[in-house]
Order: sequence, then C-alpha cells, then structure tokens
Amino acid sequence: MTTNQLTSMYEKLGIPDAERTSGGEAKRAVIIGAGIVGNSLAYHLARLGWRDLVLVDKGPMPNPGGSTGHASNFIFPVDYSKMMTELTADSTAQYKELGVFTESGGIEVARTEARSQELRRRMAAAKAWGIPCEMLSPEGVAKLVPYVDISIIIEGLYFPTVGVVDSLRAGTLMRERAQEMGALEVRANTEILGIDLTDDGERVRTVRTSSGDIDTDVVAVCCGVWSPKIAKMAGASIPLTPIVHQMISVGPIPLFADTVGEIVYPIVRDMDTNMYERQHGGDMEVGSYAHRPIIVNPEEIPSIEESALSPTEMPFTQDDFDPQLQDALELMPDLLGDERVGVRYAINGLISMTPDGHPLLGETPEVKGLWSVAASWIKEGPGIARAVAEWMDGDAPEIDLHEADIARFYDHQRTRVHVTARAREGFNKMYGIVHPAEQWESLRPTRLSPVYDRERDLGAFFYETMGWERPYWYESNAGLLQKYEGRLMEREAEWESRWWSPIINAEHLAMRDACGLTDLSAFVVMDVTGPGALGALQHLAVAQLDVPIGRVVYTSLLDERAGFKSDLTIMRLGHDHFRVVTGAHTGMTEKKWFVDHLPSDGSAQLSDLTSSWSTFGLWGPRARDILAKCTSDDISHEGFPFATCRTIELGGVRVLASRISYIGELGWEIYVPIEEGAKAWDTIFAAGQEFGLVPVGIGVYATTGRLEKGYRALSSELTADFTIIEAGMARPTVKKQDFIGREAYLAQRDETPVAHLCTLTVNDHRSASGVARYMLGGEPIVSLEGERLVDGKGRPSYVTSAGSAPSLGKHILLSYLPTNVAEVGQQLMVEYMGESFPVTVDVVGSTPLFDPENLRVRS
Amino acid sequence: MNVLVCVKRVPMVGARIVLSPDAREVDVRQLGFTMSPHEECAVEEAVRIVEQRGGTASVMTLGPGEASEQLRDAASIGATHLVHLVTDGREWDAVATAEAIVNAVRALEEERGSYDLILFGNEAADTGDYQVGIRVAQALGRPSIGGIKHVALGEGTLEARREFRGGDEVYDIPLPCVIAVKEGINLPRYPSLPGRMRAKKMAIEEIPVEWRDGSLRTERLRIPVEPRERAEILGNGVEGVPALVALLEQWGILS
Repeated sequence: MTTNQLTSMYEKLGIPDAERTSGGEAKRAVIIGAGIVGNSLAYHLARLGWRDLVLVDKGPMPNPGGSTGHASNFIFPVDYSKMMTELTADSTAQYKELGVFTESGGIEVARTEARSQELRRRMAAAKAWGIPCEMLSPEGVAKLVPYVDISIIIEGLYFPTVGVVDSLRAGTLMRERAQEMGALEVRANTEILGIDLTDDGERVRTVRTSSGDIDTDVVAVCCGVWSPKIAKMAGASIPLTPIVHQMISVGPIPLFADTVGEIVYPIVRDMDTNMYERQHGGDMEVGSYAHRPIIVNPEEIPSIEESALSPTEMPFTQDDFDPQLQDALELMPDLLGDERVGVRYAINGLISMTPDGHPLLGETPEVKGLWSVAASWIKEGPGIARAVAEWMDGDAPEIDLHEADIARFYDHQRTRVHVTARAREGFNKMYGIVHPAEQWESLRPTRLSPVYDRERDLGAFFYETMGWERPYWYESNAGLLQKYEGRLMEREAEWESRWWSPIINAEHLAMRDACGLTDLSAFVVMDVTGPGALGALQHLAVAQLDVPIGRVVYTSLLDERAGFKSDLTIMRLGHDHFRVVTGAHTGMTEKKWFVDHLPSDGSAQLSDLTSSWSTFGLWGPRARDILAKCTSDDISHEGFPFATCRTIELGGVRVLASRISYIGELGWEIYVPIEEGAKAWDTIFAAGQEFGLVPVGIGVYATTGRLEKGYRALSSELTADFTIIEAGMARPTVKKQDFIGREAYLAQRDETPVAHLCTLTVNDHRSASGVARYMLGGEPIVSLEGERLVDGKGRPSYVTSAGSAPSLGKHILLSYLPTNVAEVGQQLMVEYMGESFPVTVDVVGSTPLFDPENLRVRS
Repeated sequence: MNVLVCVKRVPMVGARIVLSPDAREVDVRQLGFTMSPHEECAVEEAVRIVEQRGGTASVMTLGPGEASEQLRDAASIGATHLVHLVTDGREWDAVATAEAIVNAVRALEEERGSYDLILFGNEAADTGDYQVGIRVAQALGRPSIGGIKHVALGEGTLEARREFRGGDEVYDIPLPCVIAVKEGINLPRYPSLPGRMRAKKMAIEEIPVEWRDGSLRTERLRIPVEPRERAEILGNGVEGVPALVALLEQWGILS
C-alpha cells in the first residue's frame, strides 16, 4: 500500500494524523500463523484483490510447529452441523484442486446397539447433505478392511468419499500462489511481540514483531492453540484452549509393505472407543479421543527451541493411552498384535477446543480490525479461510458462519474457567452419541433469573442457554398429564424421550385452554437512543421503523446478500428511543451487528440492558382477565391493541407491557426491572390461580407453541442460505428507506423462488418394529421413491424444526421444499433412523396450522 | 545367562534447555522423560543376549516413583524383570547411586544367583558423570570396560570392542563383568503393542532406598550463549541450481 492510499484509508476511518505515526512499515493486513488456515487465508485474500499482505510465523516454513504439522489429515465429510459439512465440502474441493487429496474411503464401525442406531442417524444427516454412504454388514466391512475383527462389530457405515490430504503441501501451494500474485510477503521465524491499538483503544494499529513493526488496520489471528495468547496482546479474547489428542504411529505393517502411495485401505473410526485407525504409508496411525481430557494453558506451550519434537507434539503420556491400546488390539488383533510391528512415534498432540465445539471466526467484538480465524480442523481450514476472506472483504460469506461467529459469546463464556470446563466436558464427546438436546453439566448454574428459586421449587427441569438456567417444563404440572391423557403424544422410543417430557405438551394444552406464565429473562434487551437512532435502525431493519411511539415492530435484519442476519422485535419507546429485544442464543452476534453499524458521528448509542430487565410472557385466552386483576390500567383490546407497548402498573411495580406473542395467543411480554422481577411474578401468579394459570416452560415457547403457529426461528429456518421470500415472510411492499441487503432483497423479489418453506405433518409414526418414532430435526425430506429433494439452487430439503403440535395431535416438521413438490396435500417421506415415514405437506408459506386466521392474538 | 541393565530416568530436552530459577536443575515441567539413549541400547543388547542364550534380562533403576515408566519401557521391548530403587525425587550423586546399586545387586544375587553381566550406558544423558558403572564394578570386584560398541559372548567370557583413535580395541573379559555401552552397539527395537500390554502388567520389585549426601553437589548450571544459526534459502527448484553449484565450488566439492 502506498502512503497516499494509507492516508486516504485513515481519513476514511476518521483516524487523526497524530495517531498514525508509529514508524512501522505499512501493510494492508497482517496474517499471524502459517498453518493451513493462515496460508489459505493469505491466498483467498489475494484472490479477492488484496495486496500488501504479510504472513508472519514464529516458526520455519513449511512446518512452523503448530497443529497442522502433526494432523492426521483425514477428512470425513459429514457432520450434524450444516455449516461444518459445507465448510468441509468446500475445503475438500480446494484440496482436490491443489492436487493434495487422496480418496481412501472411511468406515465408522459400531460395537454396540446404541451406536448402530447412531450410525443410522448419521446416515440420515449424510443423506440430508448429499453425502454418499452405505451401511455395511460385518462381512462387508471385512471386504474393505480385512484386518478388522468383525466378531466384535455389529455393522459399519461406509463413506466412499473420505480421504486424506497433505495439509502442509496445501499450505505451501496457497502461500506460493499469493506470492506469485505479488500480494504476499512471508516472514518466517518472526515472533509477535505485541499488538498496539489506536489511541481510542478501539482498533488495531501496529503489530510489533521481532523483525520490525508493521502498521496495519487488519490483523488475522490464525494461530490455532496460540490464538488466545496473541489476541490477549490486543486486549481481546479468543476463547479456546489447547487440549491433548494422543496419537501413535505403529509399523512397519507387513500388509502395507506392497501398497502404493500414502493410503489404500479405508480409514476406520472405532466410534464406541473414541478412536481411529488410519494407514499412513507403511504405518498405521492410531488416534484417540478417549483418554482423560488433558488441558494445556496456551501461555505454557513450550517454544520451538525448548521442544523435543515440536511445540504441539508434546511428550506422550503412556499411562493415558494404555486402555486405548487394548481397544485397538481388539479391533485389529492380527495387524496391531504383530510382535514385529513397533510404536515408532507417539505424541500428545495439541489441538484447539472451544466451549461449544465450533470454530471461532470473525472480527473480535473487543477490537476492530482484529479477526479470529481459529479452532479449525484440517477438514475445514481452506473453506473457513475462503469464507472469512469474503467476510473481511466486506461481503456476507457464502457459507453461513453464524454458528462459528466469535462474537457469539457472553463475557462469562470467555473466562479461562469456562473455556476449560466446557472443553474438558466436550472432549470425550468427540465421537460420542450426543443427543441434539443434550445439556452441559459444568459450571451450572451461572446466570439466574430473579424467579429461579420459585421455578426450582415448582420442579423446573432446567436447560442452559448461554449461561441462563431456563425451565423447559415444570414437574409441578405433572397433574395435567391426567387431565390431557390421550392428547400428549407420548414418546415410546428412548432416544426421543430423552431431554423431553409429556408435561411439555400438557403445559401447551393448559396454556391454550387458559393461560401460561413463561420466564423469558434470558432475552437480550438493548436500547438504541439518540437523534440518530431511527436512522441507524432503519438502515438495518427490513420493516418500517418510523412508526408511532408505543408500536412494536417485528422485523428481519439482512446481510449484504439479503440472507437472514437476525429476526427480532423493536419497540419504539420514544422519538429517539428504541428497545431491541432478541433471543439469548444469537444476542451477542446481533449486538455486534448493531454496534458496528451505529453512526460514526456518535448520534446514536446502544446500551445493553439485558442485566437490567427481566421478561415474562403471559399468554392464553385468560391472559387479559389475569392482567386485569393486577392493574387498573386500560388493557382492553381497543385500549391496548396488538403490536403496541406501554408502561403499566402491575401490583406495586411498574412494568413495560408489550402485546405480542411468539406462541399465537392473546397476551403480553412483561418487562420488569430485575430486582422487582420476583414481585411481578408473584403478583401475576397469585392473580392467575382462579383462571387456571400454569407456569409454562421453554419447551412450549420455543417448540410446540411456535410450530403450531408456523413461526420461524433464527438459525433454524432463518439462515443466510434462504430468502425472505422463500421463508414466506415477504410483505407486499418494501420500505423506501435504504437498508442493508435491500438491493439484493429487491432482486430476490423479482426472481421466481425455487423453494418454499412448508409445514408438514407425519402421517404414520410406526417404525418397522412397531414403535412410534418422532423426528427431532435435521432429517432429509425425500420423495415417495426415496430420492433426495434438491431445489434449483442445489439446496437440499431437510427438517429445519420438528416438534409436537398437541392442539392438532400431530407432529410438525418445517422444511424448505423445491417448488415442484411445495403443494398442499403433496405426499413425501422423511428419513429417520434408517427408515422412511410418510408425511404430508399441509401448508406452503407461513399460514399457521393452528388458528390460521390469527384470531387469538387479536382477541 | 542373567543380565542386569541399570538405567536412569532423564528429561527429553529440545534444542534449548530451560533451567530452574536457582539454576541448579533443568526445568522439567513441560518435558517428557526417557532413559538415556546409551541405556536404551544396553537394554536392547540384554534382550538380544537372552533371546539367543536364554536366561533373564533384568532392568534396574534408581529414581522417583515415576521412573517406573522407564522400567516399563524396557519391559515393552523384552526386559524380563524390573527392579526399582525408589527415591524421594532428590538427585543422587554417582557415589551414592553406585553404593545403592551395589547393595541391591548383592541382595538380589544372594537370593537368586549372580548376574553374569551387568550393563550400563556409557554415561547418563543428564549429568554425564561417567562414574556409576566403574564404581559398581570396583565395589563388586568385577572387571569392567566402558565405551563398548560391540559385544559377543563366548564360554565364560565376553568379547567387547570399542573404537579408539580410528581403530578398534578388542577385549576378552571373564564373566561376571560390568560393561558400559554406547549408542551404535545396536539399533533398539520399537515396542510392539503386545509388548506394551505385557509391560503394563509386569510386576516391579520395589526396594526403598535412603538418600544420602554424596560428595558431589551441583552448584549451578549454565547454558552457553551460542550464536543463533541462520539458514539461507538459495532458491526454489531449478532456479536455485546456479547458486548451489557456486557454493559447492566455493567449498571445493565441485571444481
């Protein structure tokens, strides 16, 4: 970058001259870390036209000593997460293009019945994402991998497209390509000494290295296990921890003596023992995720010079691995039990582990210009790099990275204690059978609603959402089971009854019959204020926000490509005062989106009031009767219409009442100062007794009540992959004010959509063995002939949300369907646990199955 | 043929060694441990002798509880008996170590007969005293030789060979004797998985020992400051050839 360009950039960013003089060399971006991620990122930025890039690593090329250097380098293509599957697919394509991919096939073997069922569940995920796989009998496994003792396995799931890559070579090629474009300078053996910020402490300015200072606006931390340490230099956090993955390499294996190339036999994942066996030339690599979690502090990783092998190949601790040797010998007794075959290499390899298992991508919320591109496996590295490069270039990445956005964490989740506790808990689940609703056990409780004690006393079964303890159902409602017997859609199979209770459906019916009180204290509440508030929010929201004071607006927020960024409500509390309310799960990424787009002139401010306000939902046909007993304010339909909000008295406190509903009933969200929350709850609870008020858990709020009304959820139905039109949420007109994604959105409106979000119900739940099965989400929707459904843009049909509709006595599935089958009455199938179940398309678009006229919310 | 090998648990260090704050010890917090490389060869040699001649290959160590790892490492490549002189973790000097080994050897020999051959590594990888083997031999009154890179058993004797000033010295030593061997005498095998499993289950005979103040004490360790070596890349692929040729000519390798 020339000095002129730099100056003009500084001017654009509003950085005064005085802050620019640090005396360093100027670069467009500094990429720290030359593993698979850093090298790929350098290439992709260069490809997007970035120049004056510098790639820095403390180690030598091509293997600077990070986790890439000891990776086992194999790629299994399927993950329950669509994002991870897509990143893997993109990475695989890139490795193939670089010529460093060898297809070997891979088999996941089951030793237990539970695993057998899990493999069938994985098969469904594979089908949903279009990944070829087939179930193999033990004999079928033996044909491909003759050295497996098939007497101890029940079956195997074969993925023919599994392969291995040379990740160091791939990194080298990427780096060289960027250099050939004249975009990249590489500095090996260069330590990062510090990262300096601008004087206001908001953005990166200078990277101090052992080979000189570099002035830059963009720093990408691609440092794997060292990332927390590097980010800390800038005052930011990258919440991951290094953790040990043990691996040994044994050989020479006589059977492999005559094989040509790196790998001929399929990789075996011995799922029940948390291990894998992978041919590597004449050796067999045996890796394990079964040993005790061994956490290492990033600050304590030895330097290159201090390490016997490399910093991330730590001394092997034999005792931890011994039980796994037994397991490996059991599976491959002749091959691994050969006395001539020796353990030639054994390490405690360091890998990155995050609190929720997903990568850490995106600009850090603490420091502008400081990007995290961390916690990636080899199988996602190049895909992640491409997506983040697009993001850094100012565009929404083609693959929706929400699940991996580093901004997703709350403060408590960034603590070392939290990171290590969850890493420890998550480590042994790596190959585990993890139920989609499985809850974390460590560090609970952390965030408590003001009525937590009352809920506990009511027998609440708590789920954790971003630290908050949220009642999913209440044992105190067990008495309702009798009342609603026969309508509860009880689950016979153990899998679906896990993390579930028929009480959820009983609470649902009681709420629809009378009224329910739901604790929504986990809501993220943010006030946007100031003369620029309206303009700032108009620029983000699809819906018109220039509305009368006291109006509640439900709106989507879009990214640059008009994919869903957010979906929330905004209350106009004053001329220059708006209150944004959104869910806990996505609240922090949305907060960053708002903060990043506040006007630079300071005319609008955002205050996060999540820790100031508790929220309760009072909904049901008797909600008005109950609220009327607590207040003398006018809450009649005429006096307090739908989609309005206002402050009212509630017993001895004042609350903000907002007449909206996510479960399709008459009622209010009630916002109360946290310290008065218990008082408000008690007041409502007491008043509600004569009307049949029951406490209602999140099981109703997030699933049954929502699905009956066909309400879409962010991250499930509303992702960056589908459009407002396809989601059936387009309004007749588009507001005239500009907003992010407007142009793309207008273009979408001119296109004929190739998919529609539909509501389906299951016709027959009986499996071949006669057990009623209930899908939980993620399953593929297929034709009656069992063919995958893929729309005109290559997007497959899969269940985005699933759950009971107790009022209808049906099990609801939401799914985007290609237009040719998106017709009411269309008969299709859903694949679940290796079987097909018939389903009917009941609704195309957003009309609810329950109360289609929406009479209840407007009563 | 009964062979005893004495081994020592030592840290596996990288290119740069970190010292404890008082500079009397190596900081081992991030390090793995192994037995000294010469001793690995000694264990391999003992196992080979027993494989050919029958008998026992015992391995003894003096060290903290964790040193049992090194005994099991030895067992995993074929050691048949494991003896652990368990210390409280303090460093023992060569005099005290030799004395403890001698006491243990005497007691064990009284119980189960003489060791025909006692093998040491030429020197420990950490302290490098070159003393324990010779002291043990002296105390037991047995002939001894160090620096050995080849042994061959005869009848009641052993032929030992070592390199010296470009030639070989060959010794014929009567058994029982004490030999200190060097790396290069053999290429130690890697442990097999069944070997590991057997080692894990093998009993270790533990003999408690009392630390005593020998005459040698480490005052301070110092790491010499060496200029950091630098590598220069001459070029990539074919483009690098002229520079390489020029350099080889400069060194007189090509002319």
